[in-house]
Amino acid sequence: MIHGTLGPEDLVIRSPGPSRRDFVKAAGAGLIVGTFLPGFARIGRAANAVPLDDAGQPIFEPNAFVRIAPDDTVTVVIKHIEFGQGPYTGLSTLVAEELDADWSQMRAEAAPADVEKYANTLFGIQGTGGSTAMANSYEQMRRAGAVARAMLVAAAAQEWTVPTGEIEVEAGVVRHAGSGREARFGELAQIAATLPVPEEVSLKDPADFRLIGTAVPKLDTTEKTTGEAIFTIDQYRDGMLTVLVARPPRFGATVGSVDDSVTRRVPGVVDVQTIPQGVAVYARDTWSAFKGRDALRVNWDDSGAERRSSGELLESYRAAVSSPGAEAASRGDVAAALAGAATTLEAVYEFPFLAHAPMETLDAVAVRGENGVDVWMGSQLQTIDQAVIAEVLGTEPSQVRIHTQLAGGSFGRRAQGGGDFARETAEALARVEPDTPIKLIWTREDDIRGGRYRPMTVHRLRGGLDAGGGIVGWEQTIATQSIFAGTPFASMVQDGIDPSSVEGAADMPYSISNFGLSLHTMEAGVPILWWRSVGHTHTAYAVETFIDELLEAGGKDPVEGRLALLSGAPREAGVLRAVAQLADWGRTPPDGRARGVAVHKSFESYVAEVAEVSRGEGGLPKVHHVWCAVDCGVPVNPNIITAQMESGIGFGLGAVLYDEITLEDGGTVRERNFDRYRSIRINEMPEVEVQVIESSEAPTGVGEPGVPPIGPAVANAWRRLTGEAVRRLPFTARGGAEGGDA
Amino acid sequence: MAIEVTVNGEQHQVQADGDTPLLWVLRDELRLTGTKYACGIAQCGACTVHVNGQPRRSCVLPVRLVEGARVTTIEGLSGPQAEAVQDAWREIDVPQCGYCQSGQIMSAVALLAQAGEVDDAAIDAGMVGNICRCATYVRIRQAIKNAAAELEV
Repeated sequence: MIHGTLGPEDLVIRSPGPSRRDFVKAAGAGLIVGTFLPGFARIGRAANAVPLDDAGQPIFEPNAFVRIAPDDTVTVVIKHIEFGQGPYTGLSTLVAEELDADWSQMRAEAAPADVEKYANTLFGIQGTGGSTAMANSYEQMRRAGAVARAMLVAAAAQEWTVPTGEIEVEAGVVRHAGSGREARFGELAQIAATLPVPEEVSLKDPADFRLIGTAVPKLDTTEKTTGEAIFTIDQYRDGMLTVLVARPPRFGATVGSVDDSVTRRVPGVVDVQTIPQGVAVYARDTWSAFKGRDALRVNWDDSGAERRSSGELLESYRAAVSSPGAEAASRGDVAAALAGAATTLEAVYEFPFLAHAPMETLDAVAVRGENGVDVWMGSQLQTIDQAVIAEVLGTEPSQVRIHTQLAGGSFGRRAQGGGDFARETAEALARVEPDTPIKLIWTREDDIRGGRYRPMTVHRLRGGLDAGGGIVGWEQTIATQSIFAGTPFASMVQDGIDPSSVEGAADMPYSISNFGLSLHTMEAGVPILWWRSVGHTHTAYAVETFIDELLEAGGKDPVEGRLALLSGAPREAGVLRAVAQLADWGRTPPDGRARGVAVHKSFESYVAEVAEVSRGEGGLPKVHHVWCAVDCGVPVNPNIITAQMESGIGFGLGAVLYDEITLEDGGTVRERNFDRYRSIRINEMPEVEVQVIESSEAPTGVGEPGVPPIGPAVANAWRRLTGEAVRRLPFTARGGAEGGDA
Repeated sequence: MAIEVTVNGEQHQVQADGDTPLLWVLRDELRLTGTKYACGIAQCGACTVHVNGQPRRSCVLPVRLVEGARVTTIEGLSGPQAEAVQDAWREIDVPQCGYCQSGQIMSAVALLAQAGEVDDAAIDAGMVGNICRCATYVRIRQAIKNAAAELEV
């Protein structure tokens, strides 16, 4: 995709080129500053005007994140999209903590697209990803709550003519012990709204936390058990047209010629338009749009298309890793160490393209009128989507109002550096009359065949052992497409190394004195994207299965052997020890079962997992039980952390066992739907036990880090059980020759 | 053509081609949006409704085939099994993104409404048709067991 006018200068407003890892490091080191706290009352509203609710009652809005209504509800404006990882609850917990609110009075709602107020402080733009929601909000949202609390206290002090220092706040009640007076937040809201916003507030000592660290019930659970939760697809408008787009079957192809005569006769179809992405069919209802699109006859121009098959691409990737690429990390002299090793092992790993396949496919509802453009969508990078839509429609980003919706999953799919889907929506919207709303929907087939995959990747590893079984050298070569190149995040690619291609390998934690890692950045016409845990999806598998083989060749226990190499990595060692204890690692598993372990850091969170497997049907492992230990700093909500580990394990396991996007001869995608692009199902889900490590480190993310260790933990268990080292994923794709030992 | 459907106890006359999947009639015509589209080929269960009490995938069910039948969607769910399931879902915070959960709950309620023991095998059989990409399966299983226990008390 070409996005000529959309460069990093336009979009990455406050990040002049730090690497992604720098972003995450900043979070881990506690360098987040809570200065992004714009006074809501000062922006877009006269300084002394107090906002009113529907009943004309004044609402107290001390800043852009907190709103206290006369009915005593506290609404937290959430700058991160909620698609299951829990920011509605987690960020509200931070506000409630410092506000000393009662959990029952807390509400959450999505923030509008407004980079001035709602930037991800680690990105510089408004957006969600890299498991940063909690990391970048921890101090900011606590500060937002503390400011509100200070103003409520000041209001009470003024009303009761008592010193602020004598006022206490607990569970949503403001009290003055001396006079016996008390008030609820809602009663003080009107006065508080007239007071100045304090410049300085102090935050609680963690020892005084009442809500942080507890499993408060999730704010979005009830509406998600009654069918009342509204997602983008549930938005309807009078006169709305449903739009389906026919896209080329090969990546990079374009519309040649269109015969829409049959389509136009389908009842309910009102228009057909060619847009840069394909052919858009506009209909009065969804089913008519389906039928209308099915009736299109399009000749595609394949002159610019990628026509290579997965097999051909794999062949070129395998050829690439037979020689070193651009150096990404190096220490010692790996060539000499391998040459002098008593034993060497070599392995080539092959990882397929993967689709994200969130339950809710990409969709948007949009309308443009005299006052600008309104878009309802599960936007994950609001600032980019806003800019792209404005560019297509020839307006200013500030005239594009994005109403971020609850989304039915993402796993990375909705975070598009080039804003492809927002662009397609805008192109479709540009071709209807003003004030005509459209709903653009991708079908599941569009989703599975639509690209933006986890890139196909090949790793070649060589390792050497000395006579005593110690690991003396480790050489790794990776071939993959760059995810960041050609996007507004391209500045993160430095010296030819896209950090997302090598993360989790270049910085692997084991002390091996001779180490080399190099990268071949491959060119292919297949659009790719970050997929839940990004580079760690393949690096963790390669590193953690290869270290397991080296340890075994050296006569070492998988847990003890790893611990001996983790002297410089205390938090990896910590979760590894914890999971070994949780799983009772020393215990012999039941007959016919074996266990494997893996540990991996991603997005500054540390996760170790042990999997217990037996031989299941179809030559696949049956995974019975997974034990997991996670260290993500201060555990803000242990229940959500545990849920995210369960989720990451299931998501990762399904992919490792079953999932592959295959380009057939000529470059078309074989898989179309959940029949051939399998998802893990309930009968395949292991039991999961999670231990959340207590920590006082700054909190880090949990949406992705549960994914990387599950593949290698299962593969290591399978190798112990069967002797077969699986190096071609998914497990279902391996042939006899490919599954053999090196 | 005009088709008469009974959904959640109410009769509706809808203008639709008889081949239109029930899913799109429920959503586009009746604005019952709790029932979700996710695959369109009866592979994922997000569109599960009850037809005469039985779980059916509405994305492949032509609306003409439900004339005269009782259709129940998540919005019209009631009774002891439904209450037990939804309570159990809330109690242990089953949903993540939540998109598939209407379908999961419809399947779970149908499972509990059947006679017989609700053990792991029964849960596998009753729920295998419902995909959750967030993989909330551990909690779905637990919630169904909790609901079954609640109903026995």
